[in-house]
Amino acid sequence: MIPAAFDYLRPATLDEAIALLELHGADAKVLAGGHSLVPVMKLRLAQPKTVIDISSVADLSYVREQGDKIAIGAMTTHYDIEASPLLRDTCPLLTELAPQIGDAQVRNRGTIGGSLVHADPAADWPAAILALDADLEIAGSNGRRAVKATEFFVGMMETVVQSSEILCEIRVPTTARSVAYVKFAQRASGFAIAGVAVVVDGANKTVSVGVTGVAARPYRALAVESVLRGKVLNRDAIDQAAGIAAEGVEPLDDIHASAAFRAHLVQVNTRRALEVAVSRG
Amino acid sequence: MSAAKGYFGKPMKRVEDPRLIKGIATYVDDITLPGMLHAAVLRSPYAHARINNIKADAAKASPGVVGVFTGADVNDKCGLVPCASPMPDSKIPKHTVLASDRVYFVGHPVAVVVAVDRYAARDALDFVEVDYDPLPVVSDPEKALEKDSPLTHPEFRTNVAFTWSVANGGLDAAFKRAHRVIKQRMIHQRLTPMAIEPRGCVASWHAGEGTLTLYTSTQIPHLVRTLLPGMISVPENRIRIVAPEVGGAFGSKLNLYAEEALCSHLAQRLGAPVKWIESRRENAAATIHGRDQIGEYEVAVKKDGTLLAIKSKTLADIGAYCQLNTPAIPTLTGLMLTGCYKCKAMRMDVVGVYTHKMATDAYRGAGRPEATYVIERLMDIIADELKLDPVKVRLKNFPKPTEFPFDTLTGLTYDSGNYQGALKKAQQISNWNKLTKQRDAARKSGKLFGIGLSTYVEICALGPSKMMSAGGWEWGCVRIEMSGKVTVITGATPHGQGQETSFAQIAADKLGVPIEDIVVMRGDTAVAHYGRDTYGSRATVIGGAAILMCIDKIIAKARKLAAHLLDTKEKSVEFRDGKFSAKGKPKKALTWKQLAPEAYVAKNIPQNWEPGLEASSFFEPPNCTYPFGTHIVAVEVDRDTGEVKIVKYVTVDDCGHQVNPLLVEGQLQGGIAHSIGQALFERTVYDENGQLLTGEFMDYAMPRAKDIPEYLMDSTVTPSPSNPMGIKGVGEAGTIGATPAIANAVMDALSPLGIRHLDLPLTPEKIWRAIAPVKVK
Repeated sequence: MIPAAFDYLRPATLDEAIALLELHGADAKVLAGGHSLVPVMKLRLAQPKTVIDISSVADLSYVREQGDKIAIGAMTTHYDIEASPLLRDTCPLLTELAPQIGDAQVRNRGTIGGSLVHADPAADWPAAILALDADLEIAGSNGRRAVKATEFFVGMMETVVQSSEILCEIRVPTTARSVAYVKFAQRASGFAIAGVAVVVDGANKTVSVGVTGVAARPYRALAVESVLRGKVLNRDAIDQAAGIAAEGVEPLDDIHASAAFRAHLVQVNTRRALEVAVSRG
Repeated sequence: MSAAKGYFGKPMKRVEDPRLIKGIATYVDDITLPGMLHAAVLRSPYAHARINNIKADAAKASPGVVGVFTGADVNDKCGLVPCASPMPDSKIPKHTVLASDRVYFVGHPVAVVVAVDRYAARDALDFVEVDYDPLPVVSDPEKALEKDSPLTHPEFRTNVAFTWSVANGGLDAAFKRAHRVIKQRMIHQRLTPMAIEPRGCVASWHAGEGTLTLYTSTQIPHLVRTLLPGMISVPENRIRIVAPEVGGAFGSKLNLYAEEALCSHLAQRLGAPVKWIESRRENAAATIHGRDQIGEYEVAVKKDGTLLAIKSKTLADIGAYCQLNTPAIPTLTGLMLTGCYKCKAMRMDVVGVYTHKMATDAYRGAGRPEATYVIERLMDIIADELKLDPVKVRLKNFPKPTEFPFDTLTGLTYDSGNYQGALKKAQQISNWNKLTKQRDAARKSGKLFGIGLSTYVEICALGPSKMMSAGGWEWGCVRIEMSGKVTVITGATPHGQGQETSFAQIAADKLGVPIEDIVVMRGDTAVAHYGRDTYGSRATVIGGAAILMCIDKIIAKARKLAAHLLDTKEKSVEFRDGKFSAKGKPKKALTWKQLAPEAYVAKNIPQNWEPGLEASSFFEPPNCTYPFGTHIVAVEVDRDTGEVKIVKYVTVDDCGHQVNPLLVEGQLQGGIAHSIGQALFERTVYDENGQLLTGEFMDYAMPRAKDIPEYLMDSTVTPSPSNPMGIKGVGEAGTIGATPAIANAVMDALSPLGIRHLDLPLTPEKIWRAIAPVKVK
């Protein structure tokens, strides 16, 4: 479990980091908290020639109000999100989800930005980011661009972030307390086999549902959302909607859960997440 | 020995723990020797392939590399990896340290790189080019017996490695007499031991003396010292084996592995110490696995639940090679198949099958968990079939406490037992009646709630030498130092079980000295000259008895010295509370601190009295010990997801007198944790191409702290007549007793749905598929 040799660079600013990425191209990898990259390097599944450690880049770790949104620096650790009083009050879905990631060591080192860019199809954050319809700000040599969460994930381990770009900020809306994240975890790894994040907007009578772990990329359960739009969220409505949570999705199939079981679990957890969120409303 | 006096019987914290908790203990990887080189092993990515050619030039030229060695370089200089327990008809393949012209499992060692540091060694592995021709693979033991199956070792023309049977009583008559015959197939899934410290060793050759020191993470330094000369050309008396701190073994380090011989050979060949540390992936692929039996079981019963006979046809998937005890493991299943029940007849036929997988061998419980699982599941199945209470079926078939020693059909003699007593106590602690009412209420409200029990007996403290290929005795040595301090040396090689504490308790009481004056040494063959090490829950029982024998000898010798110094006759010397005195003159007593210097300066000793206060002893046990108990488990199954939650766990275990109840509890807790893994989620998965899919902790699910329920633990005490302390082994009892109790609880929860049996592990998906087959698309 020893990685192949690599060069290690530690830029102090975002511009410097981007310049280094441009210079080293596809042979370089960005190191954030290291909890996704280092394991694959140790197994030599990834053998970057250059590792660019952005942990010394100033001002990438924060949680702050920004207009009507909450801005989270990409280098904010899972634990810092879990422990953020601001997020607990304004965007409780994130503080509910964070402690369900990995274990204490992972949460103390792993970052939200690193997890999102790694785009493991079973990572937890994507479910919440999708349900919250977050904006993700990406820095590159031509400046910054923001993309919607629904446009961010391209496929398994693949996002719109280009090899010379760095995700720098995640912006989420403030929500009411009527949110929930319900996860069925893979026994060994703790990653999601079916993780469902739900935001119920009582005022506008809409719900949004983000799903991770089930398919090659995380998705919004749009069929569920559309069926429930404008509806009273009683038991029948929730049951009916949850039943179509896997509609149009091709579930993953592996030794930990068959496609059929994943399709089943996403329905169960969609129902449970909706019930919990409604009960908090 | 009384169980209430002094240190014996007292719950004491382990003297081992501070160094382990502080991180100042020395494991193999902490050992660094001057000029030490580092080895990395290249392993086969194929389950079965022909090796056409290996090109090592680029690897040899890689920076820091000292040498690259293949089978062609070392196999004629190293002996074969030994199997100590072949069956009469065993076909044993030539198990060379590195693959010769074929590889037989994923992880099979193919070449070794030695370099100046471990990074250079690992980097160079990528430059060794092996030209493989993949060959047909068999990874399923049942398919392996089909006519046109690929062969694991083509030279044998069959995948049958060995056959073994045990039978007694009139089987046909019993089945004819039965009111009911019940059949059940059960699969005992393959498990990976996953000790937190992988294997590793440092071999050091002392050219001037012609001696070898091997530091290795092993349970069995003494057996390694006995067996290693068969693999390298160094005689036993020139080999020193050191097992430093060992970070878990559970049977997986009860072996002599190819890498230990390879590093020993390379250290001689290169004239420098060689270190090899296994990675987690290597550990999952190339350290022995456990269990992996498939059985067709049949029981003959009377309608009142009386067990008449049991028979079984068992396939044991042993993988590609016979490691040290591979063929012996299923025989332990056979010997214990009748469990703690009377039975008129039994038969078990085992077929050991080769497949292209890692070898199986001893893993916590080693063959006995399979037996207990089978008989305890069958007890519940009998109860279900006959509409009887599972508790009553068990009580019906237990031998009475007055029937011990109890001879079994398989030729064993259970030393002592009171199975009814443990069951009764466990029922009391679990609040049985309330628990069954809770189940009724839960079921009424639509919940899947189940209660399961297992009443187990197991064979341990192996054992009398006639049962064991290398002898079953244990050695010990006790020395009263000149200062009066006491050195206890055991050949039992505890590696985490806590005998540095429990042996000190035993010795302190017997000698009448404070426990702080005692040190217990182990694990280094230069210190503990002889021994048979730790496995099969034997160390405290057999090793402890050897220490008592030593102390008896020392006291007898010291009595002579005391008589001389007290100017009295030997038979009038009394020894009490660590003091020798002449009868009637207790005030003029001699302590060990006073006697010891006299014994060593030897200026004033009796005529013909040998100086010194040291004795060593071999204890040969007359029988194994047979601990037993009852586990009661309540579970709730999530109807939607199939997840199992343990809501109550009660265990009453009887291991005779307890030297240290805290250690007993710790051993049981750890054992039950192993069972929770086995019962609910652990499994080693190979695909049809023999690829290992559970090669790391991302995919192999181990029990974690949050999976462990609160245990309500208690015990009964039925002393063993097999040793002077009346104690029984307890290292594996938890694992042996717990698995069937958990399985029975889950099956009870599912019984209202008409589900009688599911194989382990009882994963959510397996349960969901059983509950709601209609929902599977």
